[in-house]
Amino acid sequence: MKTLLSLAFHSAWNRKGTLMLMVVSIALSVMLLLGVEQLRAGVRNGFSQSVSGTDLVIGARTSPIQLMLYAVFRLGDATHNMHWSSFEKLAGRPAVAFAIPISLGDSHQGFPVIGTQLSYFEHFRYGDKRVLEFMQGAPFADIFDTVIGAEVAEQLNYSLNTEIILSHGQGVHRLAEHEDKPFRVVGILKRTGTPVDRSIHVSLAAIEAIHLDWQAGAPMPGVSIPAQYVKKFNLQPKEITAVLIGLKSRSGVFQMQRYVNNFQDEPLLAVLPGVALGELWSIVSVVEKTLLAVSALVVTVGLSGLVAVVLAGLGERRRELAVLRSVGAGPLLVFMLLAIEGLLVVLLGALLGTLAVVAASSLAAPFLQAKFGLTVVFSGLTTQTQLLLAAVILAGALVSLIPGYRAYRMSLTDGLMPRL
Amino acid sequence: MPHAMTIEIDNLHYAWKRRSDFQLNIAELKIAHGEKVFLYGPSGSGKSTLLSLLGGVLLPQQGRIRILGKELTSLSSVARDRFRADHVGFLFQQFNLLPYLSVIDNILLPCRFSKLRCQRALQTETSLEKSAIRLLSQLQLDTGLIHQKVTELSVGQQQRVAAARAMIGQPELIIADEPTSALDSDRQVAFLDLLLAQCAASNASLLMVSHDRRLATRFSQTLAMHDLCAGVNPTMPFSS
Repeated sequence: MKTLLSLAFHSAWNRKGTLMLMVVSIALSVMLLLGVEQLRAGVRNGFSQSVSGTDLVIGARTSPIQLMLYAVFRLGDATHNMHWSSFEKLAGRPAVAFAIPISLGDSHQGFPVIGTQLSYFEHFRYGDKRVLEFMQGAPFADIFDTVIGAEVAEQLNYSLNTEIILSHGQGVHRLAEHEDKPFRVVGILKRTGTPVDRSIHVSLAAIEAIHLDWQAGAPMPGVSIPAQYVKKFNLQPKEITAVLIGLKSRSGVFQMQRYVNNFQDEPLLAVLPGVALGELWSIVSVVEKTLLAVSALVVTVGLSGLVAVVLAGLGERRRELAVLRSVGAGPLLVFMLLAIEGLLVVLLGALLGTLAVVAASSLAAPFLQAKFGLTVVFSGLTTQTQLLLAAVILAGALVSLIPGYRAYRMSLTDGLMPRL
Repeated sequence: MPHAMTIEIDNLHYAWKRRSDFQLNIAELKIAHGEKVFLYGPSGSGKSTLLSLLGGVLLPQQGRIRILGKELTSLSSVARDRFRADHVGFLFQQFNLLPYLSVIDNILLPCRFSKLRCQRALQTETSLEKSAIRLLSQLQLDTGLIHQKVTELSVGQQQRVAAARAMIGQPELIIADEPTSALDSDRQVAFLDLLLAQCAASNASLLMVSHDRRLATRFSQTLAMHDLCAGVNPTMPFSS
């Protein structure tokens, strides 16, 4: 056994150029396969971590997935708003423990601005029912106070008392700015690994205030209300985008949902976050499965290449195998020698590919968050990933038997003097 | 108690499964212990097949092959491999060595497969390496080369390393297949002398196959492939 392994290793090392290329090709294919799986799990993880403790998400009637995407994940735009009066009615229901209003539509340097109430900092939960915590400062108290997420603070290098100007609409290329009414950072939240990190929180009144002299999404020409006078106006919001609701008892969730969906004053939609996410996954899963199938194909191509390379090398190694036979090696050793070589390449490739995925994961998470606002949470290799890895190695071991068998047959028929 | 005959062949018949035009038939071949036999055979005469049969790598369809009194056909494939490792040293025309092992590792290769040869190599020397070094110096090769890569050696040096490998642990039978054909003519004689001297020193039988009749003079017995097979196989291609 020691002889076998040492021979296999030395022989492989002698042809390391070709074999290293194979290792790299297998590593890349493994990286792709595991990467797709890790990303899939990471995105799901990120999404399901983003909200917890919220029983219903309520907004103007739209598709449940869309409501979830903009209300919780800050992805995409709301199509309609709901009236403030509806919010007050819903919040006043006896079954409701807390109601967090959310008003979207403005942004700052591409980060979404959320108009909300203090209840947000008190009741919002993420991950494993975790509370939002302040790294510095406190919740907003005055009208032009703002609380920013950790990612915002880090990327834009903001600290307490930094003045910021909000833009109307979303995206970095803003059309109009609320430059007459600057905000002051009064709080920075601790990192949560959720869309909260990318959010800029202001009070609902502030949202009203900056739009006082606006109409239909644009500043009214000739009208300018200076910041110091806004308190003289009625800053009660007329509309909000969505409501996150927590119930006193989860058992009332369907009753509440029915109440919202049949709401008399305006068409509203209430979704259970888990259910909406499930719907999202069932749509996305087609894409996921396709990606997984493609990467599985790439691995197959990699393994086929390996078999081809080892088989091609076999022709050149007939002399070597005959010499081994002459000093007493049996055909079984010849078989093992070739099989081990294939397996060695697969193991090395799988190891490199896995390391690359692990390394890439830690780099990918901040990149995806910064670039796409996607919160991806990688937590080691998932069970599914480990299974895939095991499958690749098993498949590699199986295909390595092919050159092994060929060499075995060859060593039986060649005798000691192969015809070259 | 050593058997008097090193090789005994009776009524051997071998045909390649895939090449029906070629057969090897040998009515009788006997080589006594300690003999130095020259077997003349042009290429295509079946000598390679004969050597594979003697090594127990191929099995005849009919007849018997006995090496040192052991009936090869009665042994299992694993036992034949072990028997070959224990008792037979092979020396080929060229590319005898594993390019990925050092000189010393190439020489000691048979000891990895045969405990018997390992023990014998240790009988006269305290370590395997010393045993290999002694063989190398007897074959007049610079012993400083032992840790060198074999690909850095000249062809003549490589053949001497291969000879050392065939002889390490004193196998009773050395089979050499055109061992000198890659060497230039004055080196051929010198190499042959070393080979014969070493076989005599370790009391091994030597069967050397070659197409070059000029080398036959130094052997105790000369045979020709077509005499061995004469009259039995008219379809066999002879080049002379």
